Amino acid sequence: MTAALTELTLGQARDGLAKGEFSSRELTEAHIAAVEGARDLNAFITETPERALAMADASDARRGNGEAGAMDGIPIAVKDLYCTDGVRTTAASRILESFVPPYESSVTANLWRAGAVMLGKTNMDEFAMGSANMFSFKGPAINPWRRDGDGPPLVPGGSSGGSAAAVAARVALGAIGTDTGGSIRQPASFCGVVGMKPTYGRCSRWGIVAFASSLDQAGPLARSVRDCAIMLGAMAGHDPRDSTSVDRPVPDYEAALGGGVKGLRVGIPAEYRVDDMPEEIERLWAQGVEWMKGQGAEAVDISLPHTRYALPAYYIVAPAEASSNLARYDGVKYGLRVPSDDLTEMYQKTRAAGFGPEVKRRVLIGTYVLSAGYYDAYYLKAQKLRTLIAADFRAAFQRVDVILTPTAPSAAFAVGEKMDDPIAMYLNDVFTVPASMAGLPAISIPAGLSAEGLPLGLHLIGRPFDEETVLRAAQAVEEAAGFTARPEGVGR
Amino acid sequence: MSIDKATVARIARLAHLDVPEDDLEALAGELSNILGWVEQLGEVDTEGVAPMTSVVEVTLPRRADEVTDGGDADKIVANAPQRDGDFFVVPKVIE
Repeated sequence: MTAALTELTLGQARDGLAKGEFSSRELTEAHIAAVEGARDLNAFITETPERALAMADASDARRGNGEAGAMDGIPIAVKDLYCTDGVRTTAASRILESFVPPYESSVTANLWRAGAVMLGKTNMDEFAMGSANMFSFKGPAINPWRRDGDGPPLVPGGSSGGSAAAVAARVALGAIGTDTGGSIRQPASFCGVVGMKPTYGRCSRWGIVAFASSLDQAGPLARSVRDCAIMLGAMAGHDPRDSTSVDRPVPDYEAALGGGVKGLRVGIPAEYRVDDMPEEIERLWAQGVEWMKGQGAEAVDISLPHTRYALPAYYIVAPAEASSNLARYDGVKYGLRVPSDDLTEMYQKTRAAGFGPEVKRRVLIGTYVLSAGYYDAYYLKAQKLRTLIAADFRAAFQRVDVILTPTAPSAAFAVGEKMDDPIAMYLNDVFTVPASMAGLPAISIPAGLSAEGLPLGLHLIGRPFDEETVLRAAQAVEEAAGFTARPEGVGR
Repeated sequence: MSIDKATVARIARLAHLDVPEDDLEALAGELSNILGWVEQLGEVDTEGVAPMTSVVEVTLPRRADEVTDGGDADKIVANAPQRDGDFFVVPKVIE
């Protein structure tokens, strides 16, 4: 019974709860046991089993009264970037190691209102800066997958690495992450799960620890496209406390599924065929095109000429916004303080002790590109490139309904690899960053295995606020791929 | 753009980050590499292109300027590293 409950998809669990086949308490107990059994993955920074059981009991009571919400009784994991009232929220940073928010983020509040149950707070790269979950004060999260089922521990991707690992390891039915340049989609690809970044403005950012405010967006990770649709419906919505959250109705995303892709125009951008792309990635991409055509979609060759400039422009915009957002960590109102008799020295020593190496690098880069005399050459130039990148997409979406690309240029790599060269790490996000720079909805779907038996994702990008088409096309990829592989040792 | 140790020290001061003298050299190398890489943006002619100010086409909403919450001093100072009643305590600022 216990193993079977953690094998369900989120949608199946929801239907089983509705039919009274099991209670939320049973479902939650099974997942708490799974969380405890998978501690070697270091997927959680804080486990909250007592809170989970209390929420499960409250859910069972609501269901008894006929008041069940869209996600009632479903245990999920929450990236430790979302502020949770009364539950420590660290952003995987030493500087917030003991921070207990006195308020709840809007997205998590929406999920609890829909009845979801919190298993705990997941590991991540510090302040969401990283692509391997290596930059966490709690140590790296580990991917449940191994090369050919064996070999050295692999990274789960990042920054939402703990969320992706938890879903892949069947210890949570779904998880929420955040995506600034690929932080949901790249770990989803590395861990063989579905991960979606909705349109910028679709979910409220209120109560999410800020990294780069013009790019940050909340989104779901789960084991099916349908599960992501269910979660996004519960997460999304207008919030007066985030002036960039959009005041338009949230569609029934689940109802958008099942429509097929007949007649859909799928764009294949020439510029994503990058130099030294591994042949297996290229092959998977071509396979994806055939899958879409096989289901009646039309493949259209398109050009997004400024694609190659998206990543370098991102590494100006994101650090600039980060350096500004992280100025608040000064050891005065909350977080770590390294005492000193001198105020400035207290700031300097607190931030030096509290921030890890990648955060320091980005704060310094951001400070530099915003400093007097350099602002025009770097920040303004990058924001102009961003206009051109968005215009490329706008032109392409005159001709196509959705764009298909690979999610990442490789499968998961070993813990410790790519740590000597920041730019090698940044290149993980080469396919995900352009959609981020243009604020577009995008999803990664597990579509195949590498030669070494590791999951590889395909990536779909849609028009602003057209998550429905993205989900519908994603489901077509999901059905054609028939991805049933699972990490060795999980659920057996 | 190559950054030297003195520049790293200057931006570290601006960012209120204490960087030990021994780390300046390595950081100068790393930051120079990153900035050298982003400078490929210079290849693109952006004359007459407007910088992006909002990624989605929305008009910022307006609201009445009024007090909607407050009275939470205890919650607000609860996370303070050092407090005295409802006050944050910091080192002496004015001599």
